[in-house]
Amino acid sequence: MSESAKDIAMHDIKKGILLDLLVKGQRIDDRAFDEYRPISVTKGVIDSAEGSALVKIGKTQILAASKITVATPFSDRPKEGIFNVNCEFLPLASPNFESGPPNEDSIELARVTDRGIRSAEIEGNNQITANFFMEEGKVLALYLDIYVLDHAGNMTDTASLAAISALLNTKIPKYSEGVLIRDEFSGKLELKHYPIATTFVKIGKYFLVDPTKEEMLAADTKLTINTTQNSQIAAIQKTKGALSKDEVLEAVDIAFKKGEEIRKYIR
Amino acid sequence: MSVKKLIVDGKRIDGRGPNDLRPIKIETGVLNEADGSAYVQWGGNKIIVGIFGPRECIPKHEANPYKTIVKCRYIMAPFASKDEHGRSGPNRRSIEISKVIREVFENLVVSELYPMTQINIFIEVLQAEGGTRATAITAAAVALADAGIPMKDMVCGIAVGKIDGEIVLDLGKEEDNFGESDVPMAISHRNKEILLLQMDGLLTKEEFSATIDKALDASERIHELQANAIIKRYEKLEIEGLNLL
Repeated sequence: MSESAKDIAMHDIKKGILLDLLVKGQRIDDRAFDEYRPISVTKGVIDSAEGSALVKIGKTQILAASKITVATPFSDRPKEGIFNVNCEFLPLASPNFESGPPNEDSIELARVTDRGIRSAEIEGNNQITANFFMEEGKVLALYLDIYVLDHAGNMTDTASLAAISALLNTKIPKYSEGVLIRDEFSGKLELKHYPIATTFVKIGKYFLVDPTKEEMLAADTKLTINTTQNSQIAAIQKTKGALSKDEVLEAVDIAFKKGEEIRKYIR
Repeated sequence: MSVKKLIVDGKRIDGRGPNDLRPIKIETGVLNEADGSAYVQWGGNKIIVGIFGPRECIPKHEANPYKTIVKCRYIMAPFASKDEHGRSGPNRRSIEISKVIREVFENLVVSELYPMTQINIFIEVLQAEGGTRATAITAAAVALADAGIPMKDMVCGIAVGKIDGEIVLDLGKEEDNFGESDVPMAISHRNKEILLLQMDGLLTKEEFSATIDKALDASERIHELQANAIIKRYEKLEIEGLNLL
């Protein structure tokens, strides 16, 4: 999204205020630099969806819901199911969000969330769609909608946690002769990997996890690292400014630690 | 013309009598970033409303020098129905519903207080089970009150319909699909004005009159739930967020 004059002024003002505190080892809400805000995960909140979860990190609230349908496979991948992640920045979530088609930020968020989940493979297959081949010309398609309801910072980690929680809550409707029987289920969606996103912002030389809206506004650089429970990095996205190799590797160490902490909320 | 019996031994398919509402839960102050918000669960409907404003009117040429303008966006999530995954974004149905809901609130907001501004009503249907516009209006009224926007009256939505030859209150999804007639309405509390009135199907004049009476009667019950939600809002200091269960 293009930056307005107001955004640029706010960046400078906020950065000044936050840096004064960071030098003294403090954050504006008294958290440690590597501390998350309170996290809550509620699964199964939408009955019309095959799986769903409402996740709150601090005052940020995001809903993820999955729907499964029968689809025709892509012609170059006739045996593969379809997995599609879409993200909506609902206009009620922030005074700065507008109605209309997805903008570059919401598309980026959807794609980063998608990559985190998709890159955790099982024997070369995307772990979501591994068992989605039904018969010649028929596969299952899973649509995962990420609904940002309240944006108070760090949408990336909240969305990622909501996505994985909704997938773990997903039941697959029974397939019979080309259609789905929606009241009967063939089983739960099985996941082998639980990728968790950890997002950092760099303000001056300081690294902070789980940035609030104000900290995001003041940030020079943002970095998201997805980690799996067996110590693999699943996907990375850096936005805006620059980082050194040491900084990136230090962030990876913290991401593994945080990933393990957060994974407790989805089990 | 119903294929399936919708009333058996005086009971409807979900066990309700003709004058029973589905269970309704109303909460307000559920979002942090919006100026006002409400969540309403009405039977299987789950709807969130967020209010912004009065704020600068964008685009500027839409601004009115004498009053605020009300904008409304009603939209259904692609996962809101039990069937296939829908398309995101507005469609012909949601655009019409947005318009008729906006017109309800244009009658109520004391608009001359805020010239050159806009008030946005954002309605998100997360789960739908028949009667979403009534649920949306009930939620939006509470959210506007939460935002502190002066209104001349309070309003709630309610649908009344005819199934198996009988006039019944608050149609569920199947009753809506297979019933003979559906009349969604919005009724203001103090003045008992009908601010939304649509109809689908066939009714005689006598049946139509009975339909309005049922709506007026039910609006008292719904209003009480709205009032309680607003009172409860001021019992808590901080916004705890949504409880969608």
